[in-house]
Amino acid sequence: MREFRYERADDVDGAVALLAADPDGAFLGGGTNLVDLMKLGVATPDLLVDVRQLTSVEVTGLPDGGLRIGAAVPNADLAADRRVRERFPVLAQALLSGASGQLRNRATTGGNLLQRTRCGYFTDVTKPCNKRAPGSGCGALEGVHRNHAILGQTLDGPGACVATHPSDMAVALVALDAVVQVVGPDGERGIPIRELHRLPDDDPSRDTTLRHGELITAVDVPVLGFASRYRKARERASFAFALVSVAAALRVEDGVVADVRLALGGVAHAPWRATAAEAALRGQPATEEAFGAAADAELAAATPLRDNGFKVPLARNLVVRSLLDLVEVAR
Amino acid sequence: MTTIDRLVGAGVDRIDGPAKVRGTAAYAYEQDPGEPIAHLAVVQSTVNRGRITRLDPSRAEAMTGVLAVLTPANAPRLAGDLASDLPVLQSPEVHYQGQVVAAVVAETSEIAKAAVGGVVVEYAAEVPDVVLSADRDDLYAPEKVMAGFDTDSVIGDVDGALAAAAVTVDATYETPAQHNNPIEMHASMARWDGDSLTLWDANQGPHTIVSDLVKGFALEPGQVRVISPYVGGAFGSKAFTHPNQMLAAMAARVVGRTVVFELTRQQMFSLVGHRTPTIQRIRLGADPEGRLTAISHEVVEHTSKISEFAEQTATATRVLYAAANRRTTHRLARLDVPPPTIMRAPGETPGMFALESAMDELAVALGIDPVELRIRNEPAEDPERHVPWSSRHLVECLRTGAERFGWAGRDPRPRMRTEGRWLVGTGVAAATYPTRRRKADCRISVDGRGRYVVEIDGSDIGTGAWTTLSQIAADALGVGLDAVELRIGDSRLPRAGGAGGSTGLASWGSAVVLTARDLRRRLEEQYGGQLPADGLVVDGGVGGESPHAKTHSMHAFGAHFVEVRVDRDTGEVRVPRATSVYDGGTIVNAKTARSQFLGGFSMGISMALHEESQIDARLGHYVNHDLAEYHIATNADIGELDISWLDEPDELANEIGLKGIGEIGITGAAAAVANAYWHATGLRIRDLPITPGKYFRELGLT
Ligand SMILES: Cc1cc2nc3c(=O)[nH]c(=O)nc-3n(C[C@H](O)[C@H](O)[C@H](O)COP(=O)(O)OP(=O)(O)OC[C@H]3O[C@@H](n4cnc5c(N)ncnc54)[C@H](O)[C@@H]3O)c2cc1C
Ligand code: SF4
Repeated sequence: MREFRYERADDVDGAVALLAADPDGAFLGGGTNLVDLMKLGVATPDLLVDVRQLTSVEVTGLPDGGLRIGAAVPNADLAADRRVRERFPVLAQALLSGASGQLRNRATTGGNLLQRTRCGYFTDVTKPCNKRAPGSGCGALEGVHRNHAILGQTLDGPGACVATHPSDMAVALVALDAVVQVVGPDGERGIPIRELHRLPDDDPSRDTTLRHGELITAVDVPVLGFASRYRKARERASFAFALVSVAAALRVEDGVVADVRLALGGVAHAPWRATAAEAALRGQPATEEAFGAAADAELAAATPLRDNGFKVPLARNLVVRSLLDLVEVAR
Repeated sequence: MTTIDRLVGAGVDRIDGPAKVRGTAAYAYEQDPGEPIAHLAVVQSTVNRGRITRLDPSRAEAMTGVLAVLTPANAPRLAGDLASDLPVLQSPEVHYQGQVVAAVVAETSEIAKAAVGGVVVEYAAEVPDVVLSADRDDLYAPEKVMAGFDTDSVIGDVDGALAAAAVTVDATYETPAQHNNPIEMHASMARWDGDSLTLWDANQGPHTIVSDLVKGFALEPGQVRVISPYVGGAFGSKAFTHPNQMLAAMAARVVGRTVVFELTRQQMFSLVGHRTPTIQRIRLGADPEGRLTAISHEVVEHTSKISEFAEQTATATRVLYAAANRRTTHRLARLDVPPPTIMRAPGETPGMFALESAMDELAVALGIDPVELRIRNEPAEDPERHVPWSSRHLVECLRTGAERFGWAGRDPRPRMRTEGRWLVGTGVAAATYPTRRRKADCRISVDGRGRYVVEIDGSDIGTGAWTTLSQIAADALGVGLDAVELRIGDSRLPRAGGAGGSTGLASWGSAVVLTARDLRRRLEEQYGGQLPADGLVVDGGVGGESPHAKTHSMHAFGAHFVEVRVDRDTGEVRVPRATSVYDGGTIVNAKTARSQFLGGFSMGISMALHEESQIDARLGHYVNHDLAEYHIATNADIGELDISWLDEPDELANEIGLKGIGEIGITGAAAAVANAYWHATGLRIRDLPITPGKYFRELGLT
């Protein structure tokens, strides 16, 4: 672990200024991901700016019925919030399916969004990894990759990367069209969450479109108004990352799909909004057959690796099952 | 002396419990040597095979707070013929990935770990050879397998009997490499006073560690003291000396003060052993009534280039069922992997996954209930040694278990029961583990007021030995628990074998009983039954195996019944309930015994569904080397476990009539889960662990 300075700023602008002046600095949330990566030598900041006291720990109502989630709200508190449980069960369920009680108490909303991949080559500084050490190669591509991506990977070249984004919460927020509020050296902006996480393209070292020094201050979740749920498949019942997860919301009118939101976790470098499936479903009868066809439409683009082909039928089943369950809930 | 009720058998609370709960029981890392402690961190090889071509410690040496950097060039020379990976830093040759190639000693553990990054190492490396397969042309037969068993056993004409059999099963089963992960990582704290070494250490038997230190540092046994009163789990990984003890002692000598070395969780995956992966072909032949005519069990497994650890995988097959024609074989590949070692019930654990899965497949092929099939093949005597059993109650375990579990009326057809989206099935498997005893010395002293001190170098690695051995001593001395002070976990105490092979209580307990008897006899004969005013000290012990071990076959037995649920959409598996019944001889403490059975059984379920050290075939390392990625079952995976035992002391086994219960619980457990999984889904998964991915593979969807 590299030696580092630890600072607390008086306000958001002060924190942003501290980081803007230090290209090797990082914000510190609950530290449950960043500190682990520092111990492993994967993250080597020379400055930590603790932002837990700077951003809000409150969930507040927005005029349209949506919610504003302060960046420092602990995952546990967010999952327990009555409004979240009632209006956005998909979000509460996603949070509760992640990590453990202890971690959720500590982890923050901002930190959760920006947690890094669990790829075993990324977390081992003695191994090749284009994300950690650009140009060193992708260890996972031909290595151990049972839990890696099946969609949107970069399969060759110096940008090769087949990692997944590990957050459950982010998958739900992507389905909910959340907007991430940030303050940076150039001022404030709101980033639609689908534009926050990126695919590896030719630069897997960048997980997101955030610029250095940009601080997440809040996440806005617009009103949804229909049933939603989160379903996560994993290799043990608790305390395991998703093999595949599905965040789904469905509104059915007269047996026909009036509105649908679908996002997949565990399948790509970013939470995967299943736009092809959504398009295939709108206006279709809410039947198992239509749900299967929609899942197939999405997964047609899948390029599974040697050992993770199972994720394709698993994702299909989870999409179909989640939508059928939502039809059931609506009845 | 007052007569009291027998303590053996009672569910006495752990006598070390309060100290552990309060955090006052000092583990190796927490000892206070009375001076500032220096910390050690290691630089590990990033290649599997080759040699170091350049090693530059200068940047690390220059860091403030660094006391020394030990390398193969400057480390003290170790003497003697140390085995395996114990000659640490003695040569630039690299034999496995993760091998220690340099060690930093510093004022704090943070500085030591930071300085590791300052040591530059370059290698001339060869391509790693780490993949086990049954058709490698370099497989060889070891001279013996672990615990002194014969490598092969051949009786009768197996191939002829298989060819003539009415029904046969021929299947290959695979288990992956697995890593022991006790909560307490290995830790060693070393301090030299002149030429005398004190080591506070996490191990399964201080005397075992002493002998390697004596060898390596060319000392007299009296110059080394290993102290290990509390150990936070081990499962076999702390049975033998590993590089950590050698390094701590070496570094303390170099820097002239106490040095502590605690492994990181990641280092647990390279420095302290693992369970070999196995590939096992089983062939069974039976007549139409299900009587076995032939059993063949051929095992392929690995060992490292620098040590031979030949897991005794097929040995349970030599005792479990009757059959006139039998064959078991073990073949090894020497790979560029760290030295494998003991992991709970080495041999039986992987071996019985294969045998007991095959028995289930045979039951299906015959259309005979799998409980009944096992009962029909119950051998009247040891089927290979042809000696009687000291005691064997497998059939009672099966019958009692079937009753408690509600096995009767089970529809044998697969995929018949569902609950919502869950496919539900049930399965059974037998358990067995050898009963042995080792030599152990013991000293008991009593003062004029009737306070007894019982001294023996036994170990409590979390099993409850502090308590159970005290109970045995109190009964043997005819006094209450509070009149007995037990001393264990220190090589200054009378010599005894370690906590391993489920021999601990059989050996230490016998030694205590025999010594206590001797003491009481002397009190009677020499002092007329009165305590002499200045007390009495008696040295005694037990010589080794039971006198009946040559003429009898001694084993613990058990039966597992498991219900499994498989999510038809995802292939996720849960074990909502299970029943295990054990024939473990005398049960010394109902509470700690239950914990051993429950823990062993849970570890078997964990093996069935989760545990797998995933190796990178090209880069040669275990990739999932932490507890986030190396999955061990959580509470949420397993529901109600119904644990019980038959109360049948084995009078021939040892002075207490116990059979040793630390390992029996894990044996057969994985097969019971896999058999239930087949019953739930109709899918026979023969390579562990049974993951969601394999569900889709078996459905032909990948
Ligand atoms: C064993 C284990 C199991 C886990 N299982 C799961 C799981 O199943 N599902 C799941 O979703 N997660 C899981 N997690 C991950 C956990 O959810 C994350 O570690 C946690 O959410 C990160 O939050 P944090 O506040 O601790 O972030 P930190 O570690 O403090 O920070 C993470 C990153 O975010 C940056 N950051 C923090 N706050 C801000 C901010 N306000 N603005 C800008 N940047 C910021 C930091 O600089 C850092 O780069 C697991 C973690 C562990 C250790
Ligand atoms: S998948 Fe991505 S993170 Fe993993 S090794 Fe390849 S480049 Fe690195």
